Amino acid sequence: MTDPVDDTSAQGPEGMSRRQLIRHTAWFGAAVVLTVSGGEVISHIGGTSTAAAPADDPNALRFAQVSDSHLGFQGTANTDVEQSFSRAIDEVNALPNRPDFVVHSGDLTHLATDAQFDQAKQMLGGLQTGQVFTVPGEHDSIDDHGQKYRKRFGAGTTGDGWFSFDIKGVHVIGLVNTLSLEKLGHLGTDQLDFVRRDVAGLSSDTPIVVFSHIPLFAMYPKWGWGTDDATQALHYLRRFASVTCLNGHVHQLFTKTEGNVTFYSATTTAYPLPKPGQAIAPTPVTLPAGKLAGALGIRDVTYLTGQHALAIRDRKLT
Amino acid sequence: MPASGSASKAVGAPVTTNAIAIQNFAFSPATVTIKAGTTITWTNRDQDAHTVTATKRSFHSATLNTGDTFRHTFTTPGTYEYLCTIHPFMTATIVVTK
Repeated sequence: MTDPVDDTSAQGPEGMSRRQLIRHTAWFGAAVVLTVSGGEVISHIGGTSTAAAPADDPNALRFAQVSDSHLGFQGTANTDVEQSFSRAIDEVNALPNRPDFVVHSGDLTHLATDAQFDQAKQMLGGLQTGQVFTVPGEHDSIDDHGQKYRKRFGAGTTGDGWFSFDIKGVHVIGLVNTLSLEKLGHLGTDQLDFVRRDVAGLSSDTPIVVFSHIPLFAMYPKWGWGTDDATQALHYLRRFASVTCLNGHVHQLFTKTEGNVTFYSATTTAYPLPKPGQAIAPTPVTLPAGKLAGALGIRDVTYLTGQHALAIRDRKLT
Repeated sequence: MPASGSASKAVGAPVTTNAIAIQNFAFSPATVTIKAGTTITWTNRDQDAHTVTATKRSFHSATLNTGDTFRHTFTTPGTYEYLCTIHPFMTATIVVTK
């Protein structure tokens, strides 16, 4: 965790500028389109013909998401999760443009041991990016309410590890919904209050990006794939023109739009889980030989300030 | 500690036993009724690790690797919900009677 980055261009004191008005219109009218091209699943805002920003655009915000690395996992679903995570890091480092930051959306470790956390910290240090942010998964907080996690990844966060910052006109929030869970994810009153206060002073045209481990939408509550008090958090975000929620936990790509909010579940760098309801329980799936890499991946996101583009691109590991 | 009766494979139906298996990502039996003072033993028979954690945190195990056991004695009547914090979709119940 590092200090928040301020971008004063996002909020002019004199009210909505022409550029803000254009951006507001663009985000308000946004519709997510999902396309598949070659080895990539590409989702992007409707109306944009390309998911990539011009390479020389200094205003473009670029970030990457990796998730569910489960360092220490041992099983047939992936016999070398460390190597898979290493390949994911290489893939981030090979992106056409260096990301402004990278978020790991939880389950860094499989069993929250000191050795697994140390390995995660060391490997994340290999990312070529400005900053690395994390939120914990339930595997990172098995028996200590996240203490070992926060010891290594909690710097610069508040509460039990939540945080926010502004960068290139976008407000980014990292939430922790794996500490007080009772089957479903849970945010708790302290964190909900943080969200309320955090966004209170923001202009409603500020694009909001929210990270959490467990989905903030009801993807499949029977398996715990939802957050029991997320509705209250989303209520505080209702006035914003565009809210993008990025989560892990479910080890598969999934997209859903509810009003002004679009949810994107990310895939994993470790092993796939079954699709909702297509197994007795969400337990690791062992794929036929040679198929695993196609189920793993990373995500990169581009946002062009003042233009009509939020591009979310999911890339398979190669 | 021997299981009492042959109902250890039943899932969902209340049974009386003092041995609970953690197997195929589930607690089996999922609901157990015991008298106060009974000690329950959980045994992890999965390849993956699990925990036994009361949702109210009145009891909780360490991480249980394959073959590990956890014991807890229930002295107060009531209904105790618990889960595995590593796989929180794994939920189960202990009912303690007088």
